[in-house]
Amino acid sequence: MIAIYKRELRSYFNSMIGYIFIALVVAIIGIYFMANNLVGGYPRFSHTLGSIVFIFLIAIPILTMKSMAEELRLKTDQMLLTYPVSVTKVVLGKFLAMVTVFAVPMLLAAFCPLIIAFNGTSYLGTDYATILVFFLLGCLFISVGQLVSALTESQIIAAFGTFGLLLLLYLWPQLVSYLPTTAWGTAAALVIILTGIAFLLYSMTRNKLLSLVVEAVGLIAIVVGYLLAGSSFDRLLPRVLSSFSCTKVLDNFAAYNVFDLGGLFFYLSCTALFLYLTVQVVQRRRWN
Amino acid sequence: MIEVRNLVKRYGDRLAVDNLSFTAEKGRIYGFLGPNGAGKTTTMNIMTGYLGPTSGDVIVDGRSMLEDPEEVKRFIGYLPEHPPLYIDMTVSEYLTFAAELKKIPKSRQKSEIEKAVEYTFLQDVSGRLIRNLSKGYRQRVGLAQAILGFPEIIILDEPTVGLDPKQIMEIRDLIRSLGREHTVIFSSHILSEVQEVCDHVLIIHRGKLLANGTPEELERQMRNTTLELTVRSSSLEQVKNMLLALPGVVSVVEDKNDQPGQVSLKIETAPDIDPRDDIFYACAENRTPILTLRGLDMSLEQIFLSLTADNVQPADSSVFNQFGKQEVEEL
Repeated sequence: MIAIYKRELRSYFNSMIGYIFIALVVAIIGIYFMANNLVGGYPRFSHTLGSIVFIFLIAIPILTMKSMAEELRLKTDQMLLTYPVSVTKVVLGKFLAMVTVFAVPMLLAAFCPLIIAFNGTSYLGTDYATILVFFLLGCLFISVGQLVSALTESQIIAAFGTFGLLLLLYLWPQLVSYLPTTAWGTAAALVIILTGIAFLLYSMTRNKLLSLVVEAVGLIAIVVGYLLAGSSFDRLLPRVLSSFSCTKVLDNFAAYNVFDLGGLFFYLSCTALFLYLTVQVVQRRRWN
Repeated sequence: MIEVRNLVKRYGDRLAVDNLSFTAEKGRIYGFLGPNGAGKTTTMNIMTGYLGPTSGDVIVDGRSMLEDPEEVKRFIGYLPEHPPLYIDMTVSEYLTFAAELKKIPKSRQKSEIEKAVEYTFLQDVSGRLIRNLSKGYRQRVGLAQAILGFPEIIILDEPTVGLDPKQIMEIRDLIRSLGREHTVIFSSHILSEVQEVCDHVLIIHRGKLLANGTPEELERQMRNTTLELTVRSSSLEQVKNMLLALPGVVSVVEDKNDQPGQVSLKIETAPDIDPRDDIFYACAENRTPILTLRGLDMSLEQIFLSLTADNVQPADSSVFNQFGKQEVEEL
């Protein structure tokens, strides 16, 4: 794993990608730090970080696009998979290398609260907690990008796919608010989701009976649930889905100064989930 | 020692490897022979753990590839069809990475890399970026990573494709010297190469193992059981009866012959008896001069062609024969 980590890290700095990524993130942090804190005189760096999550949408795809896709294209995955190293270690080594590249601008950002402290009042506790959670959100997005990169051998597709997925996660709270709130609207949306799941199941297993049974059982459950407890369907989708919002946790830290321990755990477990899925994608390709 | 047990690989409806079993022992060189798309690469990819089999297993020194992949892979060096090279690294950086990944102890890494570089004649380019190397050198770098640390089993997928004749000779020499102490398995569709280098030939076609043995064994097994005989005689019946009385002659069929006073025959013989001596004496006794008597032992390429052509659909057979001819011409 260490060998893979070292190789990946070196490859980021042998090519332009590592430098471009770091320059981009540092530039955006620097501009917002200057505008908000230095010129604007606002003492909280946490607030600045909270307002630049959008930089992930551009920077993370640049960082993650080649991580798995390039191996497929150059067929070097054949080397990694026939060497005495497990897929989990390959995925982890690559992930940690990207996290290390991402840590460079975060280390520079860690000086910002100190600069504020030297010039007046500062809130070091919330600032550093926010830097931590901002870093963890970045790690989560990196794991998303790595998963997308494992699905294709084209870096371009990986980059655009990651951008699309991150955009969806970024806009999630707003999108969720447009979902139907009435009980019957929720029921209809659930039927659509159910059909989607059944179709996905069919395309994966090619088992008509199984997907039809899932669809039928789900339909009955929705209809019965709607007839018996229609009121609990009110705002069900927004309530459930908004809890999956990735940026909410950062907002808690940055805007409301709340140390959201559950949110930290949410970030870490989501990251672990995406890394696990990446391993599964690689394994699945071996067995197909 | 590596053992392949009942290997099956299915891609959707297509059977790429069909119940393949064989054993490869230490100190021998095994040649995988088969037309394109025969399942050679798939088999090798499964043997090295790159692909998972649909069923079956690969056993190395009693350990299963499915149950203990990380341990088993330590004993295998693999050069895939396309050398898996990180083109942004120099040759020595790349081999250091390979050595670390192979878990070669730090103290031995340098000497092992030097040995691999020496074996593959890479001394002159070790500081250059792989991106800037020619195809032949890239192939050698791929070979260097496969033999790095000298694992017991070395598997090479078409190691000589795309190389110039001198490089091909070098790689064949390398395979020969590796074969003294290791199990070497390499695939090729060039028959002369297999014949020249291998102790043992495995012929694969449509995912099935059609023949397995030393080149000599195969030639013996496949000895042609048809003889061609032309004698000077006016009576076909008499010659026929004379031949059918001999031990080992199964059937006699008349062959076309336009020359007056000559009789040509095709004689089918039992596989374990060679009746040529008896034919000679019988003809001499009957004062029937033999003009020609041909009984061909098949060469490896004929064995290959006959084994693989039997199963080829009529539609492809012309293409395949053409391919066979090219091979023969190449020899």
